[in-house]
Amino acid sequence: MEWESVIGLEVHVSLSTKSKLFSGTASEFGAEPNTQANIFDLALPGTLPAFNEEALKMAVRFGVAIGAEIGTRSVFDRKNYFYPDLPKGYQVTQLDFPTVGKGSLTITLEDGSEKVIGVTRAHIEENAGKSLHEEFSGQSGIDLNRAGEPLLEIVSEPEITNAEEAVAYLKKLHSIVRYLDISDAIMAQGSMRCDVNVSIRPKGETELGTRTEIKNINSFRFVEKAIHSEILRQQEVIEDGGEIIQETRRYDANKDVTTSMRSKEVANDYRYFPEPDLLPVVIDESFIASIKSELPELPDTKKARFMDEFALSSYDAGVLTATREMAEYFEEVAKSCGDAKLAANWVTGDLLALLNKNDIDITDSPIQAQRLSTLIGRIKDNTISGKIAKTVFESMIDDSADVDEIIENKGLKQVTDTGEIEKLVDEVISNNPDQVQQLKDGKEQVLGFLVGQAMKLSQGKANPGQVNQLLREKTKQ
Amino acid sequence: MALDKSEVEKIAQLARLHISVADADEVANRITDILALIDQMQSVDTDAVEPMAHPLDVVQRLRADEVTETDHRDELQTLAPEAQDGLYLVPKVIE
Repeated sequence: MEWESVIGLEVHVSLSTKSKLFSGTASEFGAEPNTQANIFDLALPGTLPAFNEEALKMAVRFGVAIGAEIGTRSVFDRKNYFYPDLPKGYQVTQLDFPTVGKGSLTITLEDGSEKVIGVTRAHIEENAGKSLHEEFSGQSGIDLNRAGEPLLEIVSEPEITNAEEAVAYLKKLHSIVRYLDISDAIMAQGSMRCDVNVSIRPKGETELGTRTEIKNINSFRFVEKAIHSEILRQQEVIEDGGEIIQETRRYDANKDVTTSMRSKEVANDYRYFPEPDLLPVVIDESFIASIKSELPELPDTKKARFMDEFALSSYDAGVLTATREMAEYFEEVAKSCGDAKLAANWVTGDLLALLNKNDIDITDSPIQAQRLSTLIGRIKDNTISGKIAKTVFESMIDDSADVDEIIENKGLKQVTDTGEIEKLVDEVISNNPDQVQQLKDGKEQVLGFLVGQAMKLSQGKANPGQVNQLLREKTKQ
Repeated sequence: MALDKSEVEKIAQLARLHISVADADEVANRITDILALIDQMQSVDTDAVEPMAHPLDVVQRLRADEVTETDHRDELQTLAPEAQDGLYLVPKVIE
């Protein structure tokens, strides 16, 4: 039987506010345990929440960026459950009236095609603390630094049909929240987390199958692998005559399997009710309009502009706008060297290869935008050839010296002196009488070979244009 | 709508309340009475009424995003039954 899968993602991003969602405690990553956990965060009696304006603005910023309906009246609710890293015994979230309603974003797949994925809603809620089970015998250690940190939970429509689309959606979300500067969205640090809902059904069936939820996956690659393995598992269960039970599962990356965590408590087990300690949050159109007017250029718009302004291909423009940092780097190189095409080739080619190979972020690139721009400038003014430029590029990684100094010191300057090139060409002609004859007989392809010989003789330093021209002149009948 | 004893036990478990076996029937009856009242209220036509989120007719004030608290971990941890290496210790919990 042929199956199709239906996937929905719930993505939590930590909002990068200075203080927590409902208290004035710092909300930084990586502080010593419980040094960011004060009386409100610990739920000591008598403390009351004070809602962080910036968290609201960040949520609205995300909403307008994905063209979503913005809730002009949002209401906080309590989601009740007992766990030691949730001191209050409830999580404050938004159930029926979230700040961000229906919106959508466009993903680009590997074959270049695009697909619009609906976002059901995005609501503001508080994070729980962290439990450490390993260190203490018979006890768990609780760190409440994260408790009360502001989160935005972004819920997708079940419109994702495979792992590739899921990863493309996640990467797009990642890109958008980083462009908006509302979250670091670092999966490895937990500032972006993903729960995946997966169900399968016979191809063509319209009703949804029973879904399972895979919790807390912390890398793009694991999201992809977890979805693959869960789809296979569900197929096997059903094909063996079994039934899928609605439950929460965990992905074990070492074994590449998902395992059952616990049956999902039905929704009303959380006994949601409106949070009496907080009033409805009301915003007006001017609040939304002012946030809209401050939106930065977003990846889709930037991509379109790059294609238009710099005549880049959709693929190149997509790669170059994947992160804001990459786009800024490219734009600086392109504008300062004046050749966008060359700039795009260098950034998506040699530079990206270098960064990927060494797992370096572009903001920490050993070759800064200005230096790359100077290098490209030297190709354009014929100081060096494109090929020699690659050698210079390699040297620039470890050598922070000026680009011109590197070219000078290594003796890589292109030979443009006609006399010297003539000598090279003469040598090539006398060394290759057969090929010269073939060229004279009209066999054009041989010219490339002879130019290659001359370039080799010059160790790549001769100006290929001049070599070409001289060879033609000297082999003319 | 009548509530039976097993539902009372389930709700008590969710709320971490202890209800003795002897009291369970009585509690079930009382909750059933409350549900009857709610049923009666449900029959009111509320189509044109916006759900009330809070009895006060005022809106939430917003707090500027500033860090106003300082670290009081050492004092706060003296309130806890047990703490070690900066962590609050609780009986082992594994989901």
